[in-house]
Amino acid sequence: MYALIPLLPLTAFLVLGLAGSRIKERAHLVAVPAVLLSWLLAVLAFIEVAQGGVIAQPLYTWLTSGALDIHIGLYIDRLTAVMLLLVTTVSSLVHIYTIGYMHGEPGYARFFSYIALFTFSMLMLVLADNLLQLFVFWEAVGLCSYLLIGHWYERASACAAATKAFLVNRVGDFGFMLGLLLVWTSFGTLNYLEIFPAAHEAANQTINLLSPFGGTWEVSVFTLICLLLFTGAIGKSAQVPLHVWLPDAMEGPTPISALIHAATMVTAGVFMVARLAPLYNLSPTAMTVVALVGAATMVLGATIALTQTDIKRVVAYSTVSQLGYMVMACGLGAYTAGMYHLLTHGAFKALLFLGCGSVIVALHHEQDMRHMGGLKDKLPVTYWTFVVGSLALAGFPLTAGFFSKDDLLVSAWSSGSLGQVLTILGLLTALMTAFYSFRLVFVTFWGPSRVDPHHATHIHEPSNTITIPLIVLAVLSIVAGYVGIPSFLEPVFAHGDSGAAPHEHGAAGLGIMIVATLMGLTGIAGAYYVYVLNPQLPDQFARQWKSLYEGSLNKWYVDEAYDKAFVRPTFTAAAEMWKRVDVAIIDGAVNGIARGIAWGGWLLRLVQSGQTQHYALAMALGVVILVTVFLVF
Amino acid sequence: MTVPVTYYVLLSAVVFLTGMVGVLIRRNIIAILLSVELMLNATNINFVAFSEHLHDLGGQVFVFFALTVAAAEVAVGLAIIIALHRAKDTINVEEFSLLKW
Repeated sequence: MYALIPLLPLTAFLVLGLAGSRIKERAHLVAVPAVLLSWLLAVLAFIEVAQGGVIAQPLYTWLTSGALDIHIGLYIDRLTAVMLLLVTTVSSLVHIYTIGYMHGEPGYARFFSYIALFTFSMLMLVLADNLLQLFVFWEAVGLCSYLLIGHWYERASACAAATKAFLVNRVGDFGFMLGLLLVWTSFGTLNYLEIFPAAHEAANQTINLLSPFGGTWEVSVFTLICLLLFTGAIGKSAQVPLHVWLPDAMEGPTPISALIHAATMVTAGVFMVARLAPLYNLSPTAMTVVALVGAATMVLGATIALTQTDIKRVVAYSTVSQLGYMVMACGLGAYTAGMYHLLTHGAFKALLFLGCGSVIVALHHEQDMRHMGGLKDKLPVTYWTFVVGSLALAGFPLTAGFFSKDDLLVSAWSSGSLGQVLTILGLLTALMTAFYSFRLVFVTFWGPSRVDPHHATHIHEPSNTITIPLIVLAVLSIVAGYVGIPSFLEPVFAHGDSGAAPHEHGAAGLGIMIVATLMGLTGIAGAYYVYVLNPQLPDQFARQWKSLYEGSLNKWYVDEAYDKAFVRPTFTAAAEMWKRVDVAIIDGAVNGIARGIAWGGWLLRLVQSGQTQHYALAMALGVVILVTVFLVF
Repeated sequence: MTVPVTYYVLLSAVVFLTGMVGVLIRRNIIAILLSVELMLNATNINFVAFSEHLHDLGGQVFVFFALTVAAAEVAVGLAIIIALHRAKDTINVEEFSLLKW
């Protein structure tokens, strides 16, 4: 029965994909019920898992060849169960939201078919019981992401963003694939349930990386596996240095940003690390790398989010930063906290994106917050839900974000000295987070209206299909903190010897909680002071710390650096290859063969003289030769 | 006393070669046709000689067929030559080389 959870969205995709041109404006009648049903089944699965036990169900054998046995199966433990709930909930809400947001778009049915396909792929990804299935659907969600970022394919920027997302992910996925091969050679299987018990015995294996070149460089197999798999997570979860695709992905329609680029797909990397916790636990080196990458991403994302002016980009960099938090937590062994933050973040970040979408619709596709302001009375539902989302993001007390972020920072602090350094960074980032999220609130919704007067008169709250998902998500952004997610998830990671001591909250914990709360409040107050009380201050700051301001505004020039380091050289190399290899060698060979044959033909046709006697002579000589040969041999 | 079969074969070979050289080097189509007849008759000599040598009348029967065919062939050949002559006012074989590149 639980196989229907992914199969329902798949059916919706097939129906819409094949008959979309006829269904057109009724596409939601196919997609929404499918996803809602699959949500219902996910709830059932969750209840079953919550009562204890694990659902493991092989579905289908893909291929068997020697020792290689590849199958598609479902594996639902508590970790999967919460991911199922997150994916189906956000997906259902986004489906409903899409009805209002994409109303009247030419690609309405196409859009629904793609998000149904995405939902299917993401569900299969979290349900996977082996690494290959995980990888296949890991790629499938990447494909959906590509298709949906490029939904408005007539816009050059959307096409470029889609290509960029795809290519950057490819870099990470290459590592992931190598990791898979290494898992296969080390364990001879890709099934989680066979790898994990075997992991301990294999812990001391090493591999000589330089053997093809005759050198010796022994590396722990586990460290290598974990780092290679994590490369995939760096790409998919937009970690430094492959974070560049996520902000550009905002070219896609807003529901996509909420579903794929905030709540679900980008968290696949975090999920993967948590899923493979038994492997990561065996490699302290890999864990340290994971933690450091996460921390770097966390800080970088937050610093960039401070100055962006496109509302979706602010939220996008915020997502990068929050993903950094989760990855860092996983790297410090605090998987439970990381997953907890993943879930609450899924709720409030989806809410923020959908809120952005609501504003964008109300303002006729205006995304620059310098052309907003004064919207809180005109869009009350959007405003209040947005505030709830921002409070959760800022870690305001009693919201879900407060609980998960505190849990995360406290777990990080108690994991050791590295964790303590990173916790301090985390606290600073929390300050920036609160600041930029309320900068967004104040600049967008408060103050005088800077809206294009052309549109200003008829700004009104969008339809119910848009506001209802906002309200539901706002409720979830509060409630998710009270339903005991950490204690629910604890058993999944308990048997691993995780680096983090399990929750010795005590004085340090309380201290961090207070500091984190203060950071959040300070950030909010700071934003209020700067953007409401003294609106001239931002410009002053910008002038005073020009280099810092411009660095942040230009995303620390990472894109430019990549452009110089990789994109341009690739183009140049490709052009050179084209001229020297393609034109000179390949075309040359083809043309040369053609010329040779023409020349040979010209020579041979001289034989064809038209003189009958020449032919007769040839025949006579032929007979002579044949007879001679026959007689001699 | 009988003439050894080798002599006949040698004679036949000489006649055949004469005919073949004639076919290859003569320019006059009638001469070529005559040379073809020489080649045919060289084979006829062989047939008769071996028929006698092997005491088998089949070879002599075959000669009659060959002669008949040769007669028919000459009739057709001469007709073609007349047609060629009407077309080009010559029967020099080098003039007839239309089927070339």
